[in-house]
Amino acid sequence: MDAGTIVAGLLTLAILSFLYRDNPVYKLAEYLLIGVSIGYILVITWNNTLMALLFEPLLSEGRLWLVAPLIMGLLMWGRFHRRTLALSRIPIGFMIGSGAGVAIPAMLYGRTLKQMSATVMPLTDSSGVPDLAAIVVIAGVLTTLAYFYFSREHRGAFGGVARVGTFFLMVFFGTTFGYTVMSRMSTFIGRMEFLLTDFLRLTH
Amino acid sequence: MARKFPLAVCFLFGVVMFLQYFSQHEAARAVNQAILDYWQIVFAFTLILGVFSFARNNVTEVRRGRDRVYRIVGLAGLLSMPVLALIWGIKADTPFMWMFENVQAPMQSTVFALLAIFVASASFRGFRARSLPAAVLLISATVMLLSRSNIGGFFSDVLPDVANWIRDYPSMAARRAILIGIGLGSLTTSLRVMVGIERTWLGGEK
Repeated sequence: MDAGTIVAGLLTLAILSFLYRDNPVYKLAEYLLIGVSIGYILVITWNNTLMALLFEPLLSEGRLWLVAPLIMGLLMWGRFHRRTLALSRIPIGFMIGSGAGVAIPAMLYGRTLKQMSATVMPLTDSSGVPDLAAIVVIAGVLTTLAYFYFSREHRGAFGGVARVGTFFLMVFFGTTFGYTVMSRMSTFIGRMEFLLTDFLRLTH
Repeated sequence: MARKFPLAVCFLFGVVMFLQYFSQHEAARAVNQAILDYWQIVFAFTLILGVFSFARNNVTEVRRGRDRVYRIVGLAGLLSMPVLALIWGIKADTPFMWMFENVQAPMQSTVFALLAIFVASASFRGFRARSLPAAVLLISATVMLLSRSNIGGFFSDVLPDVANWIRDYPSMAARRAILIGIGLGSLTTSLRVMVGIERTWLGGEK
């Protein structure tokens, strides 16, 4: 057995020890995971972003306009000290503003218009037979939207429509829950397989 | 000035990014790509700021003697990755990648897997059909769980089809309404940020 498998197996057991209760071995593994993960993302960001997009083009290819994001990045470090804190608002403004500018058309198209156009479908087929699926979808979307409309009290006929929306929401939460549990369960089975086969060699 | 200039920067870049969406001109594409690159660069500096903050906070706590051993292990993990990358690089079969494959990845996936146990046990305690909507939630979750496991086949052959129908129509309808809501909410929030009505990101200090 190689050293990597031994280390991975022991660390997997350390994390799984939390199933018993919070304990020092788990805490050690937890802190190690946090530290290593931050170190990893730091190295990857340095390599893939700062070197590839900033320092190499700026220093090797002489793209001087890259001084602008460099200055903005350095201004962000103004947060290190209370007296220079206000300077960090400039890059934050840049990030938030450009993010908002990108989000407006993207959200309008991808999240709103596309979803609406997919909902508004013929409710019967060519021979006039009602299409149950299309009716369920349009009823579900309208009633769920009614549930999230809080400018009017949920009473009377509108309250009834909103209540139907809660049933659609419950179905959605149930299916999402089922999917989440099953995806996590498959990861758990994968870890158990690693422990029993590769690490402990109890199965083949 | 400390607040007006960042607001102006926010508005300017918001408008530029909004307008470039409507143009396929080469210059507009170039501006879009440049701003996206700038965004990543500034984000990288922000990440470094966060890493320094994490390290400083942990060093302070180590000096105070709170969770000293754990924090030293965390700091050692944080320092080890850049040091390994600096000495041996980050290509395949380097100590850096060994750490990723044998330390980070197994622990990360085990933490992810642990949640399966906790979510399942919490739902076992929490799922009670006390009302009609709660019963609907319970039934749809049960159908989905059974249809995605081998045991589902013992109950009925049509279970996977029922689960697929629930997922594709009633569940998708609610999901679609939520997405429309998210879209409209994001749209209005983005507009409020761009025009300077929403200013919480500036913080409370002058």
